[in-house]
Amino acid sequence: MTVTENSPTLSENEVKFEELLAMGAKIEPRDWMPDDYRKTLIRQIGQHAHSEIIGMQPEGNWITRAPSLKRKAILMSKVQDEAGHGLYLYSAAETLGADRTDMLEKLNNGKMKYSSIFNYPTPCWADMGAIGWLVDGAAICNQVPLCRTSYGPYARAMVRICKEESFHQRQGYEIMLTLSNGSAKQKQMAQDALNRWWWPAIMMFGPRDDQSPNSELSLKWKIKLFSNDELRQKFVDIAVPQANILGLTIPDKDLSWNEKTGHYTYGEPDWEEFFEVIRGNGPCNKERVSNRREAHENGQWVRDAAIAYAKKHAEAALSKAA
Amino acid sequence: MTHKKGYPLWEVFIRSNRGIDHKHAGSLRAADAEMALQNARDLYTRRSEGVSIWVVPSNQIVASDPDDKETLFDPAEDKVYRHPTFYSLPDELEHM
Amino acid sequence: MSTPLAPTKNDLYAYTLRQADNSMVLCQRLCQWAARGPELEEDIGLTNIGLDLIGQARSLYQYSASLFDRPVDENDLAFLRDPHEWSNLLLVEQPNGDFADTIARQYCYDAWHLPFLEQLTASNDTTLAAIAAKSVKEARYHVRHSSMWVKRLGDGTEVSHRRMQDAITAVWPFIAEMFIADELDQRMLEIDVGVDLRALQSAWESQVSALLANATLSKPIDVKAIVGGRQGQHTEHLDDLLLEMQALPRSMPNHQW
Repeated sequence: MTVTENSPTLSENEVKFEELLAMGAKIEPRDWMPDDYRKTLIRQIGQHAHSEIIGMQPEGNWITRAPSLKRKAILMSKVQDEAGHGLYLYSAAETLGADRTDMLEKLNNGKMKYSSIFNYPTPCWADMGAIGWLVDGAAICNQVPLCRTSYGPYARAMVRICKEESFHQRQGYEIMLTLSNGSAKQKQMAQDALNRWWWPAIMMFGPRDDQSPNSELSLKWKIKLFSNDELRQKFVDIAVPQANILGLTIPDKDLSWNEKTGHYTYGEPDWEEFFEVIRGNGPCNKERVSNRREAHENGQWVRDAAIAYAKKHAEAALSKAA
Repeated sequence: MTHKKGYPLWEVFIRSNRGIDHKHAGSLRAADAEMALQNARDLYTRRSEGVSIWVVPSNQIVASDPDDKETLFDPAEDKVYRHPTFYSLPDELEHM
Repeated sequence: MSTPLAPTKNDLYAYTLRQADNSMVLCQRLCQWAARGPELEEDIGLTNIGLDLIGQARSLYQYSASLFDRPVDENDLAFLRDPHEWSNLLLVEQPNGDFADTIARQYCYDAWHLPFLEQLTASNDTTLAAIAAKSVKEARYHVRHSSMWVKRLGDGTEVSHRRMQDAITAVWPFIAEMFIADELDQRMLEIDVGVDLRALQSAWESQVSALLANATLSKPIDVKAIVGGRQGQHTEHLDDLLLEMQALPRSMPNHQW
């Protein structure tokens, strides 16, 4: 018996891994995978999960103030879904050997990031409409292809998330539609919200392809299936006619239809602002993270109690059985 | 007394309807079995996805090693006579 | 004159509104926990209870609105009434406090709400009976969830035991009100539309005593009751709660949202 039979060399593992990817087969938790594949996934799934959890706050702020009972119930279930989606994603990350408690700790102390979009404030009810329509709309463009991503548990989590999220964008658009068809003041609220959320939504797809350091490997490993710019274009093409139906104006003076390409041409976002928000200098970065940390710290005694109770009663059950 | 690591991990299996097997849905954190069942209900059946739930501590699951795939599963591949299509029967035979 | 078999429209309106207000105010309290729960799973659990409660409130407000003498809808009733027009129990408007306070309030209410709804399913009023029949399943889960937490906090650590005991002590003055029937309750009971509140008390007490004992908690004694919610005499906490909840529709009346 040769040594290589029992412990295949790295290249043999790599060959197997590449073969699976080429076949379009999913990589599953206990398969061999390159370290960087694992790390990239943990980073991406973790950031995605954190985004769902932090994303509860800008909308959670309006649950207690929603202007009708129907809207309140919808918003409650939407924010609840976000907690659920965070958990599905942590669950996927844990299959890679990451630990949710560690990941949340890294979120709390700023060592892991979340989507910058949630660092913008929600001062107005119309923001609930704009978030659902634009932020969830952009998220859907990103997420639908992820249902076919190469890592099995991530793909399965995304299938569930996309299925559940289909109402999120619709409810947001419906809020915008109601406001746009309402009083002049309501229509102005809707336009203001669009003005504030349009560029952040455009930037949700990440830096331009020529500036995106992690994209190439992610595409090769089929973690990502489309580039940032491809997805951004798709979003713009979908969103412009939706804005027209609302009778609202997208705040981009360079926006125009290009007959030749069959796509909309759009202006360049303020990337300086984007990187500032990523660096932690957005309007709400500190508040979002400190709220999260506070919830975690205030819950510590509750979790301790539950663990102490479980331990006591497991011991009692054991001594009864003995 | 502070538990840095938090609650243990549980795997959740949901039966979506009578007559169907329980299927793995995902995992969650809970301090004990009773809490795990309630959390599973709240997390994985918000849209009437289930009629029955199993929860299992994740560390109690014993899994086969993917490197054993050939040893464990390839030997079944040449036992074609286990499948009904292996047998050639006269065309006149309509039902079997 | 024989006893009327049907309630007056006004009575039925007021009686239905009471139950709606309970669900609405408690829902609003649970909404304040959004993204602040002690664990992510519990955030989802509390919201599920909140969603059940808002569903109940809406059915009941819609029914109340249909009984009102001028055209109103569920939102008018929820967003345009002043605090003194609310008839919820004082218990449900008490602030969230820490998680133990929230659980104490929730459990004490759930343990009352479940048998209340069980009785209401037999109401002569078919709409109330139907709403109760739907809600009773929800309340059965609520009491299971909140009692799970009373046990864990009471019999968990020293810290959690102290907090849970303090929380039980703090809600106790608001318990007696749940079992006091006023004239409206009495009229509704006589024609088999409403619930016999006094009859709920002994079952509630034995169930709660058993759970508290199981959770190593003691039942407060010699507590002076605070009452008045059904008559619109509220603690100041309801003002703050409604101020936040009603702000937008009140600042822009007659708008669709």
